[in-house]
Amino acid sequence: MKTVAAGGEVALGARAAAPETARSRVNLRRLWRFKWGVAATIVLLLVVGSAILAPWIVPYSPLTVDIQHRLGPPAWMEGGTRAHLLGTDQIGRDLLSRVIYGGRVSLVIGTAAVLISSSIGVLLGLAAGYFAGRVDWSIMTLVNVMLTFPFVLLALAVIAVLGPSLLNMIAVLGVTDWPLYARVIRAETLALREREFVMAGRALGMSHLRIVFRQILPNLVSVIVVIATLQVARVIILESFLSFLGLGVQPPTPAWGNMLGEGRVYMLNSWWIATFPGLAIFVTTLAINLMGNALRDWLDPHMKV
Amino acid sequence: MKRYALRQLVQLTVVVVGISILSFAILHVIGDPVLLLLPQNAGKEEYERYHKLLGLDKPVYVQYWKFASRALQGDFGKSWYTDTPAFKLVIDRMPPTLYLTTAGLVAALLIALPLGILAALKRHSFVDNLCTMLAVAGQAMPIFWLGIMLIIIFAVRLKALPASGYGTWQHFLMPAFTLGAFLAPITMRLVRSGVIEIMNMDYIRTARAKGFGERKVVVKHAFRNACIPVITVLGLQFGQLLGGAIVTETVFAWPGVATLTVDSIRNQDFPVVQCAVVLLALIIVSVNFLVDIVVGLIDPRIRVA
Repeated sequence: MKTVAAGGEVALGARAAAPETARSRVNLRRLWRFKWGVAATIVLLLVVGSAILAPWIVPYSPLTVDIQHRLGPPAWMEGGTRAHLLGTDQIGRDLLSRVIYGGRVSLVIGTAAVLISSSIGVLLGLAAGYFAGRVDWSIMTLVNVMLTFPFVLLALAVIAVLGPSLLNMIAVLGVTDWPLYARVIRAETLALREREFVMAGRALGMSHLRIVFRQILPNLVSVIVVIATLQVARVIILESFLSFLGLGVQPPTPAWGNMLGEGRVYMLNSWWIATFPGLAIFVTTLAINLMGNALRDWLDPHMKV
Repeated sequence: MKRYALRQLVQLTVVVVGISILSFAILHVIGDPVLLLLPQNAGKEEYERYHKLLGLDKPVYVQYWKFASRALQGDFGKSWYTDTPAFKLVIDRMPPTLYLTTAGLVAALLIALPLGILAALKRHSFVDNLCTMLAVAGQAMPIFWLGIMLIIIFAVRLKALPASGYGTWQHFLMPAFTLGAFLAPITMRLVRSGVIEIMNMDYIRTARAKGFGERKVVVKHAFRNACIPVITVLGLQFGQLLGGAIVTETVFAWPGVATLTVDSIRNQDFPVVQCAVVLLALIIVSVNFLVDIVVGLIDPRIRVA
């Protein structure tokens, strides 16, 4: 009898718990599909967190020069010390501290430039898609001109005239990177424009502005978020390339790009100076791309970005 | 076909005019060339004289017209630095850039075609997943860092290849691979999705029903048809490819247009920068035009749309 009762109890307990575990199992399985995205988000949070908390977590100031310990190899190599985990650069600055600080420049430029370019691109894309006709033709011609042009070349030429600085970098990257948004948003708007709810809005006498911003734009948020995420990675790579050439963020401010450019000179004997900043760029952009892809699959698997 | 070609030609002209305005604006609207040209301690008289000499006292449209009509004759003015015509400087540096671009394209195809086809034929297998991972990683890779890592491994450590320069076939290996790695991910994805789509077509089933061997089905029937979208997109990606070549050139000190442009930017030698920008853009636009025409000839569906 006892066993039966116990069995009954177990069964009862199991029945009560069943929907709960089943649901969490479904959630877990859903999450497992996005395992790469989740892992990437965690990595990205670490990068962002360390960049924000940089002043409190770095072992040394990124600008402290220590000529006696210049070109010191990473800790695990012969001649390396625990004091400088990733080694030191050509004038003895701690590489780990500089890599952590370097993230600040890249992330600030990346997000700021994407905010600018997405605003321009979305507005022009909405205008082109909604009004069609001549407006559409002019905007799309501009888009085609800009897309034909290698982005790198355009940014190089403008920076050459404006001169390198953090604000100029944000401005140039923000103003040159909008055509992709415009093209995708235009295509989506063209499709939405013919939908019933937009026609209903028009029949009710809504103004163009209200239709565009209240009825069409909310439907495009997920597309915009996905493109913007992926574009942050692109902008970070371009920014570091410009800094690598010495046309971006100027030394001694630590930026991944200019560290890589300075390290190139010493790559014959001290490979670590160029390697770690580049690795930081690679890990960050990879994490952003994986997160962007997962975001797209999660928000809308049919999205074409 | 004639109307289609004509339409493309009109678009081409518009784009070329747009690019000429853009490169004119880079120097004349954003910056003051006189300030760039004169030493800082020059007096006001000197300034006025140069202002007039460069024709800057005339209205902007007159200046543009002069710039454009001269540019059409290949006259971009003399280099401020070496006093030779800018056009000649740029043209002399063009062949290495074009060789590098071609070599990069070949490298990308050598990587992308086999992997893409394999991934498509063995969908969701280990190989397919591996290829997808490679593609995602490749897209996040800053190629200037990849180039430097290649130099550290193959030139500095193994001493197997020259670190930089131009001349023998060994000089081509690392730059071509670097540029190929830049273009390969997107090409591979295109080949994969193209082959997957085509393998489900009726004519593939017909070919199989006729008793052809699998190899013949894949090579003769599937692959050839999968080439059309690949050619289109590669053609349209030519600007990106040239952008990648710019990055690659600066890493390997390749004596092409890009290194010339970057050097000219450093020296503030604007006639050369303008000339390089316009000529590179012109090449991109012509390639895009040719691709459009070729694709229109191959695939009649496109002409109508």
